[in-house]
Amino acid sequence: MSDATNSGPVLSADGTPLKRSLARALRRQKMRALMLIAPLLIFVLVTFILPIADMLWRSVENQIVTNTMPRTVVALADYDGASGELPGEATFEAAYYDLYIAAERKLHTRLGSRLNYEQTGASSLFRKSGRGLDDIGEVYMDQFEDLDKNWDEAEPWAELMGDPAWLEAQGKWQKGQTQPTFKASGAIKELLPRTAEQYALFAEFQQVDKDKSPLREEPWSAVHTALYQDLAEADVSGYTGPQADLLKAADALVASPDFETVTFKAGFEEIDEDWMDPEIWVTIQTYSPELTNGYFLNAVDMQKSPDGAEFRDERERIYGLLFKRTIFMSMVITISCILLAYPVSYLLSNLPARSANLLMILVLLPFWTSLLVRTSAWKVMLQQQGVINDILVWIGMVADDSRLTMINNQFGTIVAMTHILLPFMILPMYSVMSTIPPSYTRAAKSLGATNWTTFWRVYFPQSVPGIGAGSILVFILSIGYYITPEIVGGTTGTFISNRIAYHISSSLNWGLAAALGTILLAVVLLLYWAYDRIVGIDNVKLGG
Amino acid sequence: MKLTKTLMATTALTVAAAAAHADGHGMADSMTLVSWGGAYQSSQQKAYVEPYLAMNDGVSSTWDESSAEAVAKLRAMNEAGNVTWDVVDVVAADAIRLCDEGLALEIDPDSDLAAAPDGTSAEDDFGDLLVSDCFIPQIVYSTTFGYRTDLVPEGVDAPSDICSVFDLETYPGKRALEKRPINNMEWALLCDGVAKEDVYDVLETDEGQDQALAKLGTIKDSVVWWSAGADTPQLLADGEVFMGSTYNGRLFSAIVEQNQPIGMMWDAQVFDLDGWIIPAGLSDDRLARAKDFVKFATDTQRLADQSKYISYGPARASSAPMVGQHAELGIDMAPHMPTDPANAANTFLYNYEFWADYRDDIDAKFQAWLAQ
Repeated sequence: MSDATNSGPVLSADGTPLKRSLARALRRQKMRALMLIAPLLIFVLVTFILPIADMLWRSVENQIVTNTMPRTVVALADYDGASGELPGEATFEAAYYDLYIAAERKLHTRLGSRLNYEQTGASSLFRKSGRGLDDIGEVYMDQFEDLDKNWDEAEPWAELMGDPAWLEAQGKWQKGQTQPTFKASGAIKELLPRTAEQYALFAEFQQVDKDKSPLREEPWSAVHTALYQDLAEADVSGYTGPQADLLKAADALVASPDFETVTFKAGFEEIDEDWMDPEIWVTIQTYSPELTNGYFLNAVDMQKSPDGAEFRDERERIYGLLFKRTIFMSMVITISCILLAYPVSYLLSNLPARSANLLMILVLLPFWTSLLVRTSAWKVMLQQQGVINDILVWIGMVADDSRLTMINNQFGTIVAMTHILLPFMILPMYSVMSTIPPSYTRAAKSLGATNWTTFWRVYFPQSVPGIGAGSILVFILSIGYYITPEIVGGTTGTFISNRIAYHISSSLNWGLAAALGTILLAVVLLLYWAYDRIVGIDNVKLGG
Repeated sequence: MKLTKTLMATTALTVAAAAAHADGHGMADSMTLVSWGGAYQSSQQKAYVEPYLAMNDGVSSTWDESSAEAVAKLRAMNEAGNVTWDVVDVVAADAIRLCDEGLALEIDPDSDLAAAPDGTSAEDDFGDLLVSDCFIPQIVYSTTFGYRTDLVPEGVDAPSDICSVFDLETYPGKRALEKRPINNMEWALLCDGVAKEDVYDVLETDEGQDQALAKLGTIKDSVVWWSAGADTPQLLADGEVFMGSTYNGRLFSAIVEQNQPIGMMWDAQVFDLDGWIIPAGLSDDRLARAKDFVKFATDTQRLADQSKYISYGPARASSAPMVGQHAELGIDMAPHMPTDPANAANTFLYNYEFWADYRDDIDAKFQAWLAQ
C-alpha cells in the first residue's frame, strides 16, 4: 500500500497532482495581483510610456520625403550634388509626376514645410509648384483636345485604359458601394506603360479620395503628359482595342513636326528659378532616408552637409547654450531650495505639534495657490516700478534713476522658481527629520560634543536622505519647467523647455521638439544614474 | 403600464422630432468655436454668435479659447482622427500653414461666402485679403506702438516716427518688443536706412539679417521682450516701459476704456489679418453647420457690427462705411481703426510668403542672438 502511494506523484485533496495544483494556485495569485495593478498599469502605459515611445519615434522618423516623392528619391539615388550640376531630365520627370499627384492630394505643401526646416524657401517653392505643374501638362492636353474633343472626356479615356471587366463593374457602381479597383487593359499596359500608371493613380484618387467614378471624371493633365511620352516611343499601329482610331490619330499628331513639346526641366524652370539651383535637389536627396538623425543633429546645433555632420554657424547655435543654462539654473535652484528649506524643516520637526501644524499650513498655503498667480505676483514684486524697488528707493538705498533689474533675467527666474518649488524640498526633508530621534543629539551632547559637532556628526548625516529626495524632486521638476521661465525669464532666464514648446506649438517642427525632449530625458536619466552611483538611491527617503 | 406607454410614446416623438430637425437642415445642432478669449472673443459673441443663435432655434455653441495653439492642436486632432472643433479663428499666417498642412478646408469665396449688399461678389469685396484658399478674413488689426504720454521728456515732441523706438537719447526709457523676429526686423532695417520697398530683399540675405540684429542690438539692453499681447499694456500702465509694441485693440482698451496715460504711435504699423478657417475632416452635418455659420458671420453687416465692440477694421470693403460708434462708450470708432486714413499714412502688410519661408531660419538666428 505504501508502495502504491510512493510510485505515483503526490496528490492533493481533490486528486490532482500537488505540483500542478500548487502551480495553479500560484498562477491565480499572480493573476490577482496583476488584476489589482491593471488599472494603474494601463493608465501609465497609455498616458506615459506610449507618448514617450511616440516621442522617441518622431525624433528620427522621416518618411514624408519618400512617401511624397518616391520616384524622385529613386531617380536621385546616384546624384552627386557636390558636382554643382543639376540632376538629369529623368529626375525632373520623376519630380513632375510625384508632385502632380501630391498636389492633387494636397501633400506637396506639407513636404514643403518639412523641407523648409532644412532649406529656407522650400515652403513657398513647393506651394508655387503645386499650382504651376499644370502648365507643363496643359501643353499636351490642349493639343490632344484640339485634335479630338474626346481627349477631354471621361468615358473615351476609361474605355481606352480600362480592362473590360473593370469597365462593366464600374458602370454598375452606385454611390455608397465600394468601388471596383481600377485595372488597366493588358494591351494598353504593354503599349502605354506610363499612361496606364498615371491613369491608375488618377482613377485611385477619384475612387478613394473623392468617391467619384472615373467614368464621369476627365483625367488630369499628368495623364496627357504620360500619353505624349508613351506615344513618342511606342508603335500603336497594331493596336485594335477600344478607341483605336482615337489613339492612332493622337500618335500621328505626336509624330508630326508641328507638335509642341516642353522638357520637364524647362517646365520646372518656368515655375520657379529655384529648381535650377542644385541646393534643393541636394536637400531632397539628403533627407530622403526614412530614418534621419537630422533632428538630433539640429538639437545639438549641428547640421547635415554633403561632407557629413558639421556645426552650425556660430550665430545660429542656441540649443547647447540652453541645455547648459537649464542644467546650471536647475542646480542653483536646487541648492537655494536646500539652503532655505533645511532650517524650516528643522524647525517644523522640532516644534510642538500645534505650532508645527500652523507652520506647515504656511508652507503649504502658496502650494495651493495657482502657479500663474504666484509667478505674476513675483513680477509685481520684482519689477523696476515694483514693491521691492519702491521700498529701496524710499529708504534711499538705490537712486530713483538706477532701480535694480530683478525680473526678466536669471535672477528673477531663480527667485520665482525657488519659491514655487520650495514645498517639494520641505516636505520630504520634514518627514525624514521628524523620524530622527531627539535622544541621539541629547546623547551626543551629554558625551561632551559641541552644538556644531552634534549637528554635523550626528543630526546632519541622518537628514541626508531627506535632502536627497528633495533635491531629486526639485531638480527634475525644474529642469523641465516651462511657464515660470516663460513669464519672468526674459532672454537670459529661458529654459530648453521654452524652445521645445515653441517648436511644438509655433514652428510645428515636432521632430526637432521630440529630439530636444529625448535629449532632456537622457540627461535626466544620466544625472539620476550618477546620483545613484555617488550617493546611492537607497539613501533617498520620502518619509519614515 | 400606462406610464410606460406614455414614456415610450414621448421618447419616440422626441427622437422623431430630433431626426426631423436634423433631416430638415442636414446640419448639426451644436458647434464648437475657437477664438482668443478676452475682449476680442466677446466682440465675436455679440456681433456674430448671438444673432446667429437667435435666428437658429435649437442650435447651441461653445467657445474654446485655444486660437494661440490652434495649429498644433488641429494637427494633433487630425492625427488622432477626432476633430472636435467646427470653426476656428486664426491669424492669416496660421491659416496659410493649416492650409499647407491640409488641416483646413479650402473654401470657394463666391459660393461659401455672402455677397455684399450691393451685389459685389465676396471675392471682390474681400479683395487681396483672401491670402489663402482656406482663409475667411474677419478683421484687419495692426501691431503698433503705444507710449506713456506723461513720460515724454519736456521740450520734446511726442514720438511720431518709428525710429524713435531706437532713439534712446531723445526718448529714454525701456521698450517692449515682441519676442520674435517678425515686425522687429522690418522696423530695425527701416530705421537703419533701408528703403521700405527694399526691406524684404535685404532681409533675405545673411548680411541683411545681421544688419537688422545689429540695429536691434543698439537697444537690446533696454528692451523687455513680450510674448503675450496683454504684456505691453500692463508694462505701460505700470510705467515699466516708455513705449512698446502690441495689437492696436489692446492699446485702445488701455487708453479709452481704462483711461491710462498712453498715446498711440501709428507710424510703420504692421497690418495683419485674423479670420476663420473650417477644419478638414468634419462630418457632413457639422460641415454644413460650420459653413452656414461662417457665411452669416462674415457678411457685410456682421463685420461692421463687430467694430462696435473692438477697434479692429472689418475685412470687407463694403463694411467700412458702416463702422459706427462704440456700443457702450458711444465714441466714434473710425479714428481708432488702424485702417483710418489718418493712421494709415505709413503702413506695412505682414509679408506672409516671406515669413512662411524665412521664419524658421531667421527665428533660429534671432533666438540665438537673444540668448547671448
